[in-house]
Amino acid sequence: MQNILSAKNIVKRYATHTALNDVSLEIPSQCIFGLLGPNGAGKTSLIRIINQITGPDSGELYFSGEKLSQKHIEQIGYLPEERGLYKKMEVGEQALYLAQLKGMKKEEAKKKLKYWFEKFEIDAWWNKKVEELSKGMQQKVQFIVTVLHEPKLLILDEPFSGFDPINSNIIKKEILHLREQGSTILFSTHNMDSVEELCDNIALINKSKKILDGSVKEIRKQFKSNVYEIEFVGSMMGFTNSLWTFGKLLDQTIEGDRCKAFVQLVGETKSNQLLQAVMPVAEIHSFKEIIPSMNDIFIAKVNAEII
Amino acid sequence: MNKIFLIIQREYLTRVKKKSFIIMTILGPLLLAGLMIVPIWLTMQKPDKQRIEVIDESYLFSDLIPEKEFIHFDYPNISFDQAQEGFYDTNYDAILYIPSNILEGGKAIKLFYKNPIGVATEEYIGSTISKMMYDVILAQNKVDFNAIKDAEVNSRFRVITEKLEASGKSKKTDTGLSMAIGIGAGVLIYMFIFLYGTQVMRGVMEEKTSRIVEVILSSVKPFHFMMGKIIGVALVGLTQFLLWVILTATLYGVATVTILKNIDMNQIQQKEHILKIGADLKYMDMKKIDQPNEITQIWNDFRSIDMVSILLCFLFYFLAGYFLYSAFFAAVGSAVDSEADTQQFMLPITIPLIFSLIIAPYAIQDPESSLIFWFSMIPLTSPIVMMVRLPFGVPAWELALSMSLLVLSFIFTTWLAAKIYRTGILMYGKKVSWRELGKWLFYKE
Repeated sequence: MQNILSAKNIVKRYATHTALNDVSLEIPSQCIFGLLGPNGAGKTSLIRIINQITGPDSGELYFSGEKLSQKHIEQIGYLPEERGLYKKMEVGEQALYLAQLKGMKKEEAKKKLKYWFEKFEIDAWWNKKVEELSKGMQQKVQFIVTVLHEPKLLILDEPFSGFDPINSNIIKKEILHLREQGSTILFSTHNMDSVEELCDNIALINKSKKILDGSVKEIRKQFKSNVYEIEFVGSMMGFTNSLWTFGKLLDQTIEGDRCKAFVQLVGETKSNQLLQAVMPVAEIHSFKEIIPSMNDIFIAKVNAEII
Repeated sequence: MNKIFLIIQREYLTRVKKKSFIIMTILGPLLLAGLMIVPIWLTMQKPDKQRIEVIDESYLFSDLIPEKEFIHFDYPNISFDQAQEGFYDTNYDAILYIPSNILEGGKAIKLFYKNPIGVATEEYIGSTISKMMYDVILAQNKVDFNAIKDAEVNSRFRVITEKLEASGKSKKTDTGLSMAIGIGAGVLIYMFIFLYGTQVMRGVMEEKTSRIVEVILSSVKPFHFMMGKIIGVALVGLTQFLLWVILTATLYGVATVTILKNIDMNQIQQKEHILKIGADLKYMDMKKIDQPNEITQIWNDFRSIDMVSILLCFLFYFLAGYFLYSAFFAAVGSAVDSEADTQQFMLPITIPLIFSLIIAPYAIQDPESSLIFWFSMIPLTSPIVMMVRLPFGVPAWELALSMSLLVLSFIFTTWLAAKIYRTGILMYGKKVSWRELGKWLFYKE
């Protein structure tokens, strides 16, 4: 299937610094794509370029194979990190206005808004001014406005900030539901747990460069370091000796005769060989491979850049 | 284009629906009408009837001083000392003392009062006595009254100014009326630019600080967004102006119809009263004939000034001046994070505006001076200065030049402001300097 968005060699410079340095991205259709990176890495610049709020200094963008242009604006929905609505305007009126700016017909927008307002249980707030709403409510309104025109590409910048766990879950479900219906979600966040939970693919940007991208599964596999966690009953001494040339003991905890050891395989050793080696000296309770979390990968990658 | 329309619509409707707009729209005409009506009303207020005892030692004025509706004279047959002693036992408000040698010249008449009697009474007594003395002196010298009155009446004249066109046709002008129209229009334009320019600035700041701008810019171009706001606010201004004109005219009309009736009655009563006394008959006649003449004269002058083209020019300078300045105001709003930071950028914008209001009186004194000519060409001052000059008559080429310069420069400033705007609006939490603004002009989109 064709990529919904591809960015080729994007460069964006400001007076004093470079925000994006030769960044290329391929975002496949109907996936949840995580755009990761520390603060100030250039994520917002990239998002603004995709939204055509600003333009790149060089590089090209394609939307479903066509060169990105103003006509694609209506197929993109954007929830900025810094949320904002007109405080003095009524909720319904405002939602209608923003929907019409995205090219929806008034009647159609009204119908869809009714549906979403009921779904999120905020239909009683239609005639209230935005400033009378709680922050969480405002977030809901803003989320609705973002997805109302059923964009093919949905750009969410830190979508869960400001939501309590219950509302976070509602939003999470909506995001997954939208993907099922054919939307692609580009989602920028610092929350690595939600990345593991939701994202199919990611790209990691640091200091205006892309330093990593690919599917979450692949990346985690790629970053695993053949470390196994073994829980057993027996003597730690005997266990350590039995490792011999198969593995290296990284860490250990002992509670009475229950022990836990983290062992890294050495060379071409297979996990079964390790298991066979330790079986004679210890009664194995669990044996599992440690797959690095996105959090670990993020920190490792970004720190490696600093060094 | 459809989106610009949506933005204009929102900017317009949210403002027009605001309570402050409705209050201003109602209060404005009330204040204006009040300004026009209160003086009329005040002059109609009759002060309490004042009773004055006249001690006339010259015996020239006894029982002769004409009364006014608020002054009553009594002529008790007592001496000045007696009157002074008994003053507080009487209900008189004042003693008018006329010394016996009053006709010798350089003498004073005296008014003794308990409570201040007011300027109107004092003036009335002064001028009446003086007029009566004048007649007495003439009579004593056997001069023909009527000859004097005729001379007085016939020597009165008005200065009529007429503009002689190159074609040989002449056009009557009334400097006073031109002045009033010019200054009025200039002040209105000044107010409009200021009031609605700052509204544009506040609107931009609101969008920036509430961060909604990011959502909107993902749907529309910054330039469209800015223009939508500027045009929307302009329409609000026009609406308010129109409503003011209509409401003021109605209020003024209603008020004058009801009040003028009373005035007419008063005048008639007054005249009858004076006629009864029989003084100054000839003078009154002249006044009666002169009055309607003056009114028709003003109407004629009003028509002699080409009101339609002045109104059209007013609308043009009203809008073009606003567009020129509001682009700057939008740029300032986009560059700052809070109202307090606007000060340093506001000053250079407001200086030319205030300056044009300051030199407006010179445009009246000497509409043809080269200084005024240049300021009516320079776009930053021309909306106000040209408007002040206009009722005095401005050559067509000057008007055309001034207008085209203004249009060109508002296109230019809008383009310039848009460059600052599209950068500033997305720049949060940064204190900007003039230098920074300059750099923004050269950013690529």
